Amino acid sequence: MPQIVFRTEGLSKVYDTGEIKVHALSGVNLELYAGELSVLLGPSGSGKSTLLNILGGLDHASSGRVWFRDLELTDLGDRALTRYRRDHVGFVFQFYNLVPSLSARENVQLVTDVAPNPMRAEEALERVGLTHRLDHFPAEMSGGEQQRVAIARAIAKQPEVLLCDEPTGALDSKTGVAVLEVLKEINDDLGTTTVVITHNAGIRAMAHRVINFADGRIASVEENETRLAPHEISW
Amino acid sequence: MQAIDIKLLRDFQRLWVQGLAIAVVLACGVAILLTAFGMHTALTDTREAYYERNRFAEVFADARRAPDRLMTEITEIPGVTSAEARVQGFAVLDLPGRTEVAMGQMLSWPRADDPLLNVPILRGGVPPGRAGEVMVTTAFAEANGFEIGDVFHANLNGQRRALTITATALSPEFIYTIGPGALMPDNEGFGIIWMPEAEMEAAFDMAGAFNHVALRLTADAAPEDVKEALDLLLDPYGGQGAYGRDQQMSDAFVSAEIDQLRGMAVVVPPIFFAISAFLVGMVMSRIVALDRAEIGLLKALGYSDVEISLHYLLLAALIAVLGVTLGWAGGTILARGMASQYAEFFDFPYLIFRVPLWVYAMSGLAALITTMAGALRAALMAARLAPAVAMQPPAPPVFRKTLADRVMTAIRLKQTSIMVLRSLIRWPIRSALTALGLGAATASVIASGFMFDALTRIIDLAFNQSFRQDAMIMFAEDVPETALADVANLPGVMQVEAMQFHAATLRNGPREKRISIEVRPDGAELSRVIGASGLPIDPPPGGILLSDRLAEQLEVAVGEVLEVEFMTGRRETHELVVAGLVEQYFGLGAYVEIGYLDRLFRRSPQVSVANVLVDPAQLPALHAALQDTPMLSGLIEMNENRASFEETISENVVVVNTVYAAIAILITVGVAYNGARIQMSERARELASLRILGFTRGEVSQVLVGETMLLALIAQPVGWLLGAWIAHALTTSFTSDLYAIPLVLEPASFAWASLVVLTASFASVMIVRRRIDRMDLVAVMKTRE
Repeated sequence: MPQIVFRTEGLSKVYDTGEIKVHALSGVNLELYAGELSVLLGPSGSGKSTLLNILGGLDHASSGRVWFRDLELTDLGDRALTRYRRDHVGFVFQFYNLVPSLSARENVQLVTDVAPNPMRAEEALERVGLTHRLDHFPAEMSGGEQQRVAIARAIAKQPEVLLCDEPTGALDSKTGVAVLEVLKEINDDLGTTTVVITHNAGIRAMAHRVINFADGRIASVEENETRLAPHEISW
Repeated sequence: MQAIDIKLLRDFQRLWVQGLAIAVVLACGVAILLTAFGMHTALTDTREAYYERNRFAEVFADARRAPDRLMTEITEIPGVTSAEARVQGFAVLDLPGRTEVAMGQMLSWPRADDPLLNVPILRGGVPPGRAGEVMVTTAFAEANGFEIGDVFHANLNGQRRALTITATALSPEFIYTIGPGALMPDNEGFGIIWMPEAEMEAAFDMAGAFNHVALRLTADAAPEDVKEALDLLLDPYGGQGAYGRDQQMSDAFVSAEIDQLRGMAVVVPPIFFAISAFLVGMVMSRIVALDRAEIGLLKALGYSDVEISLHYLLLAALIAVLGVTLGWAGGTILARGMASQYAEFFDFPYLIFRVPLWVYAMSGLAALITTMAGALRAALMAARLAPAVAMQPPAPPVFRKTLADRVMTAIRLKQTSIMVLRSLIRWPIRSALTALGLGAATASVIASGFMFDALTRIIDLAFNQSFRQDAMIMFAEDVPETALADVANLPGVMQVEAMQFHAATLRNGPREKRISIEVRPDGAELSRVIGASGLPIDPPPGGILLSDRLAEQLEVAVGEVLEVEFMTGRRETHELVVAGLVEQYFGLGAYVEIGYLDRLFRRSPQVSVANVLVDPAQLPALHAALQDTPMLSGLIEMNENRASFEETISENVVVVNTVYAAIAILITVGVAYNGARIQMSERARELASLRILGFTRGEVSQVLVGETMLLALIAQPVGWLLGAWIAHALTTSFTSDLYAIPLVLEPASFAWASLVVLTASFASVMIVRRRIDRMDLVAVMKTRE
């Protein structure tokens, strides 16, 4: 029986904009397992990003409960959530969100300076194949390279979970594949539980499990018997 | 209203706090320009009109006793349009209900009630015509509560006379009235008194003679030639040297005030305008950067480059309008306050203290133009954006490795600190201007604090070290030294020292200066002269001590020989060696030893003033005795002098310090708040990233607060230098023959200035910091740059 990393019970999120209430999540029950690479698939507004943000400690649920291992995140305050993110979670976003005034190495050091058990910044960048770009600033790098720096920054703390929101969304397919390769390698080599959000159906083929979202609910869950390597995927 | 105008108003509404912070800085500039320039114009124009209408003289001269027939020759001096002679003198007054003696400057009133020059304006009553009738200055009457018909007594050349007030008047000669030896006007203790000519002649033994003459000149006259001719004519009659308006006490003070106002109007507002232009530029550039996509869209929709630039210029104009409105309101209040202060010190006949409307227009226009100039770059930036490019996200700002990076790496700085430092280096001009703006705030506090320190120094030097006598008893004319024994016998007098004053012209080659030489005994203890070393010094026999400003004007150094032409005694010219320099802030002093001077004049020892120490308990008895002592022309009480000086100064210092501290805080808030807001907006993603990576609010705040506070710290030395420079400029601009202000820079003033600015910076950035708490991490990360 694999270890459960994330568990949610009846997780709901309502955005109250005054006149209309938007149900972004409606009663989601989900378990994610250690070492698993799962893909959350679904159209825009289906609730996958909302779930990811709650799992990552960026947002609170309106109702229901959520656990990271034995730690219940549901009612944690800002300080504890910050602590949780700092110690356990790595994020990768569609827009790389690098600090423009810091070089690749320094962007990674942002994390290694504060994490309890980090790898060296150089090692993280080596993992994403950017050894030759250590001292370059974001403006001096391509989109794919910037995203790989963002991944290096996310994994440098050796997080237990890596949460990726549309990591290839801003990239062309060739660069996107390279980024996915990196994610897969990290999942394989370090055993980091990885959640990837995408609305690109092709990416599902590299996951252990694919969770399909529609209207704030889990529509279906499928397990891949055989996984494809990213370079075999095309879109 | 067009949609784009609605956008303009909405943008302004959204930005109103930032807009207000800039508008307030701009308002300071407008208010000061309005007040200083408006008051300058009002004072200049009114003085001009007053002088013209009331025929204020241009050349003046005093003599011992010149015959009336000399007037024919004086009138015939080329360039003279009219000349008027009079008799004048000082008298000790005994005012009802006042224990202390008062002093009056007595002037003769022409028989036909038709003064040619310096025509007084009657405020009530009829001019004095009969014996025992007088006209007094309105200020003197008001201060003492006199009505027409009231009576007071005067000791006129040893004769006690009852005088009835028949009229009160203002005179262009006495816009600013200050008694001999006084530092501040004292309307209660000193007044101008006009008495019928015949009475004056009798009282001062001047039948058929005069001792003061005033001239008005033609437009093309050469004043120097006129003065020379006048001196030549008066020389045999004890002429004391002709002088122009620049040495006429009242006009010299009014001119000094006008010069100060001009200095203020020229120096201060541009600083505020420059800071607000910079702030507007900074904010507008940021808005254009944020509005990138909208600009692209507007262009795609068919708006022209000009319309778009205009749109952003108008946004700046709205800020300017707000600033000008606030500035006009503030300036009007400030001008009113200043006018009431002038009303206290200056006696003008008309209500002049209104800022002309065109000055409002001018200050508003100046503010509008500078603000627009500040926004111009941003507006052009908007115009130049190609629509297709504008709708793309902007490229991330380019950072490059510099030498500084190697240093930062070597000293193993935290990444957050590196972010702060790199951003400073990446935008050096913006950083420098921000630091300069905050430095200007520090400087403005220093410049006001310095005044206080300088005045403290002046008071200390004047009253604690130099003028240590309780009072100066002035004789109507020089008396033998034996009179000191009589003074010593007066009630309450504990110590007496002699002093003489001699009008003289000092010459060093072509440089010359007409001044009054103070002659004093060796080792005088009551009235001392403080040398450059800070210790009391005495003029040696054969030598003369000069105040440093006088030596500077004469371009003479210690050890050099100065030609001294005395207007008194035998009216001889002697050569004296400059024996030393004296630190002095009132007047242009020159000092000679009393024994040496009497030998030089080949006469027995004389006294013109007795400095005395008085037992305070016996003061009333002393005053009573002095009112009946012949040969006295007045008494100057140093304590009263000091008290009124300190009171006036401390009132002004509190007001000025408060105003400057407020201005400094406004500048600081304007610069720091806007800087932090822009930083916050530019860095929103970066700061949100840090939060997501697990940095606490406190740690993230360090980046925001760190940059502002680092700039504020860098600004301090800049502000100190700037403040010292402004203080220096102020001492130079305030320095006249009448007074000087020493450059006293106390470390405490610098510390205080920095404390004010650093605290205000911190408060401003903490207001912005609250936005970090409210930051929606998800939303920030989801949106494209």
